[in-house]
Amino acid sequence: MHKVLGDKRAIALLLGPALVVYSLVMLIPVVWSLGYTLFEGNAISGFEYVGVDNLARLFSDPRVGEALRFTLLYAVIITAGQVLLGYLLALFYVFVLRNRGSVVRTLVFFPVIIPTVAVALMFQKLFEIAPQTGPVNGILNLLGVESIDWFGNPVSAIVVLVIMDLWRSMGFYAVLLYTGLLDIPDDIMESARLDGATGFRLVRSIVLPLSLPVLLSSIIFSINGTLKVFDSIVALTNGGPGTASTPLTLYMFQTSFSYGEYGYGASIALLLTMLCLIVTVFIFRSSRRDVTKG
Amino acid sequence: MSTALTRPRRMVAITSLGAAGLLALTACTGGGGSAGATSFSFLVNQENTTIPELLTSLSTDQCKAENDAQPLQIETVPQTQLDQKLQLLAGQNALPVQYAAGNAPALTKELAQGGQVLDLEKTLTDLGVIDQIEPAAISTIEQLYGGFNMLPYQYNIEGVWYNKLLLADNGIDVPSTWDDLSSGAAKLHAAGIQPFSASGEQGWPITRLISGYIFRDLGPDALQKVADGDAKLTDPEYVAAAQAIADLGADGYFGQGVGSIDYDTAFNTFLTGKAAFFYMGSWALANFADESANQIGSDNIGFMPFPDVAGGAGDSSQTPANVGLPMALSAKAYNEDTGKWLTCIANNYGAQSLSAADTISGFKVNGDVQVDDLTALVQDRIASTQESVLWFEALFNAKATETSQKNAAQLVTGAISAQDFMGLVQADLG
Repeated sequence: MHKVLGDKRAIALLLGPALVVYSLVMLIPVVWSLGYTLFEGNAISGFEYVGVDNLARLFSDPRVGEALRFTLLYAVIITAGQVLLGYLLALFYVFVLRNRGSVVRTLVFFPVIIPTVAVALMFQKLFEIAPQTGPVNGILNLLGVESIDWFGNPVSAIVVLVIMDLWRSMGFYAVLLYTGLLDIPDDIMESARLDGATGFRLVRSIVLPLSLPVLLSSIIFSINGTLKVFDSIVALTNGGPGTASTPLTLYMFQTSFSYGEYGYGASIALLLTMLCLIVTVFIFRSSRRDVTKG
Repeated sequence: MSTALTRPRRMVAITSLGAAGLLALTACTGGGGSAGATSFSFLVNQENTTIPELLTSLSTDQCKAENDAQPLQIETVPQTQLDQKLQLLAGQNALPVQYAAGNAPALTKELAQGGQVLDLEKTLTDLGVIDQIEPAAISTIEQLYGGFNMLPYQYNIEGVWYNKLLLADNGIDVPSTWDDLSSGAAKLHAAGIQPFSASGEQGWPITRLISGYIFRDLGPDALQKVADGDAKLTDPEYVAAAQAIADLGADGYFGQGVGSIDYDTAFNTFLTGKAAFFYMGSWALANFADESANQIGSDNIGFMPFPDVAGGAGDSSQTPANVGLPMALSAKAYNEDTGKWLTCIANNYGAQSLSAADTISGFKVNGDVQVDDLTALVQDRIASTQESVLWFEALFNAKATETSQKNAAQLVTGAISAQDFMGLVQADLG
């Protein structure tokens, strides 16, 4: 085996096909898209070289600022919510349900496998005001509160979006973190218990530090997913009302494919890439010390 | 395992590498080119059910031979996503034989300049059926799209449809001025009847009211001035028009959750007698003729032009006219079989449209067709129109069109002010 991997041709043969496919479907489009930032136009009308105009425009376009703010707000709220709820659920699985919880785990995980569009349609109906009154407004009416036009107002539209995305994804993070908690050796837990650590104290001093690596992975995973959110927003609010719930991804898509400005769309994509990179490096840096210690 | 690969193995290796590369390449080039189409593919907005139905019925009757040679194949897309789809397909030269060519005439023109749109003036002349198109329809198309390159499946005028019974029951005369309309709406609202039905999800049924007000108040060239840069939407007289519509919304005249109301629901609200006024184009005649949907009855529906604004420069004789969403043929996918289809459509669509769907098209009507009173009313109105006007977004680019239509619901729910609404649209006009 050692001889095979020492042979350059064998390495080329083993890596070659994957590398070719990866280059064709990943690297070339990425570099291509980077090149688009210097051009303006679209596939119908052709392209024109504009230098750094597109990048400069990023700083003067109020809609980029608005989309960036929403993207960050959404990423922070959803990441915090997903990981916190997931962690609480994982603790619940381990300490309360123990080995009996497979049905509960399956039920909580279930929304993860439903198509996003179906979930969004369901939430649209749940929070509907017209032509029919949805269940949520129905309950409000029963309590003597007037119906709320959930999707007609930026704040309430974002609230529904947050509720939907948390419901949809917390089961996934619960399972991810649950496996992390299962990795904590029983003898350490046992000795901590013998030392008198219970409940909150046990979680804070033993469980949390020992599950920190998987917790940080979850956060990185979650924040990168939420910065790039697209499908759930398109399906639920389509960026509305107006542009109140339009993240960078959706603005990028609209700019490229609705407004026919491929170059400027590619520039927004570049901004998003930089954002993901910075956030990931930042979390990674700040966590490295703790992880090695744990 | 030996260090060197034997010859046959190397052959296998090279072949598999090549195969993987080819596979990846085909993934990149898939979906290209529809030249020499074997089917008469037609991409149309989902909201428009009339044209697909009529073409389908032609394909089984008058155009059966053409359909056998090149079978009709219909694909639909929601109108709010049409522009995106067209840009993607056009970018790959993969537009279908016939397609709805965009929400914004700016995109339609761009497609034409990109060589994606068939020149119908030349094609129909070559086919010898150019005389089957109404000259008025040709001139409207030329005015909007810079040349005769769209098929006039519809020839529409727009205005306000009203429920005669609801107006009579509440002692309201058919409003001829904006003030009459507002006070009538107030009366209806007080009586617990929703005055207007409009789709905020589509947005355009609301922005049409803004342009209606602008044309009546500032004259038929008011939006041309904006396009030419001689005026801005943020000028006070333009903002006043948006404010007038916002005021209707502030008083609750569009009902609850107008932003969630889609096109079909808006129709349904009017046709089940829950709303008194409904701004819509004359393509609505097809929906009105559907007896299962129309519970208030065609006899009970009246049509009035957008009312006059007191002291305004425009008047209600200026009628918004258009050919609906433009339907184009792909210049790249056109072939002889498509030409036969086109000939058959030109000869038969006018009569079919009028008799089967009560919809007025820009094709000549061959043969004697009986129409109902409402259709006859619209025909008269079209015939007597001296001057036509466009709609709010007609001269906007794709970005401003989308901004306008996406924010319209917010304007009438009061989430944004009239000033902000016009500011957003003006900013995207560039």
